[in-house]
Amino acid sequence: MTKAPTPVEELTYEQAREELESIVASLETEKHSLDEAMALFERGLALTKRCTALLDQAELKIQQISGEEILPFNS
Amino acid sequence: MAQYSLPFSFQPPVTWTVTDLTRYLRQLLESDEALQDVWVQGEISNFSRPSSGHLYFTIKDSGAALRCVMWRNSAARLQLMPRDGEAVEAHGVISIYEAGGQYQLYADTLRPAGEGALYQEFLRLKAKLEAEGLFDPARKREIPVQPQRIGLITSPTGAALRDMFNTLRRRYPLVEVVLAPTPVQGEEAPGGIVAAFKLLNRLAQPDVILLARGGGSIEDLWAFNDERVARAIAASAAPVICGVGHETDFTIADFVADLRAPTPTAAAELAVPDQADLRADLTDLEEHLGRLALANISDQRWSLKELNNRLLLYSPRPRLLSDRQRVDEMAFRLSAVTRHFLALETARIQGLSQRLASLSPQAVMERGYAILYDQTGHHIRSISQVSPGDRLLAHLTDGSLSAKVEETCPNPNKDIT
Repeated sequence: MTKAPTPVEELTYEQAREELESIVASLETEKHSLDEAMALFERGLALTKRCTALLDQAELKIQQISGEEILPFNS
Repeated sequence: MAQYSLPFSFQPPVTWTVTDLTRYLRQLLESDEALQDVWVQGEISNFSRPSSGHLYFTIKDSGAALRCVMWRNSAARLQLMPRDGEAVEAHGVISIYEAGGQYQLYADTLRPAGEGALYQEFLRLKAKLEAEGLFDPARKREIPVQPQRIGLITSPTGAALRDMFNTLRRRYPLVEVVLAPTPVQGEEAPGGIVAAFKLLNRLAQPDVILLARGGGSIEDLWAFNDERVARAIAASAAPVICGVGHETDFTIADFVADLRAPTPTAAAELAVPDQADLRADLTDLEEHLGRLALANISDQRWSLKELNNRLLLYSPRPRLLSDRQRVDEMAFRLSAVTRHFLALETARIQGLSQRLASLSPQAVMERGYAILYDQTGHHIRSISQVSPGDRLLAHLTDGSLSAKVEETCPNPNKDIT
């Protein structure tokens, strides 16, 4: 947590999810100062919200190969 | 059997009843093992399917015809209902329908003619590819748990595509889908599928590819038993999930694929996680996170308390208390000393005051002395201050009197001053 973390709004679901897992693992296994622990906890909550929001908003993106191109799918 | 052998053995020729003869013939046919497990090939005619659900038809070729019946249970397993004029292969037992006096095939399986040959071809290719190691479990690649991009190889118009879209949308709408449309049956299908694999891997680099087709006859699914398709699956850069036909259909593609799904929908389900599970996981993680944070706080609280306890060991408070006690003690001692001193002083003052009191003129007069004054009020302390004839005033304790000096006689023991 030395560098400023990427704002959660810029993370993909996978990135957010991965970071969330690593935060939980870190809280489980490493010693943190209270400040650090609270910061990690809040970051974790924000990541959880981000993941849920992404699931809520997600709309299946469908494309189609046409010749040598990938184009939006039209059924 | 014994009852029919009697006429031959022990009796002269007799006239049979139709029933006995027919039953005898039936027993003969049914005792022939070859007739109890027979495949027969021909063209269907006179097909009928009454409300009982049983199927009645004739299989014929240019030289002969065979009556056939297929009971409802077996008919229910047919993938396609036969039609007049179709070339088929039927399997069953030969027996006699006694009431009609008719021998017939009691069919349990019916397949399009040529399917047997197809099946032989299927077995040959399967054995060949298996020998090459194409089905080797060690070759199977991991299917990613959360793919970001999925390639679909299927018909752009089939129900399979719609089913897969619905499944992906419902389970994991975060995924991106790239369809490589291709015919999945007929002459063009194998070439189309091979090209689709190449295009998808080159242009889209999906995390996983679903090769899918809805159910159909064995001919409909034949493209998935094509060697070129098998090799395209094996050569695909992305791992392949194969979902072709129904649960009971196995194709070569199923064996080569990294994962076999019974149907297209199942293939889509195997390709992505279910967001319901993911949401449940997220809820769990959130709670876990909360517990961890609380645990950290309570850890901190505990160690804070311990530190505080240790700090208290070094607290100046006990010393302060003892200091205060000493101060109190000293104050006490001080006041005791002071009281003592005061008492002494008081006693001294009293003594002095008594001595003083004893020295007062009044006290002296009490003891019988008088104080003399001349007429001007001066205190007479010496005979030199008076002359005979002077009038003097003498003060006593209870009043005063006037007196007259008769004479003066000096005290011989005392110097005149």
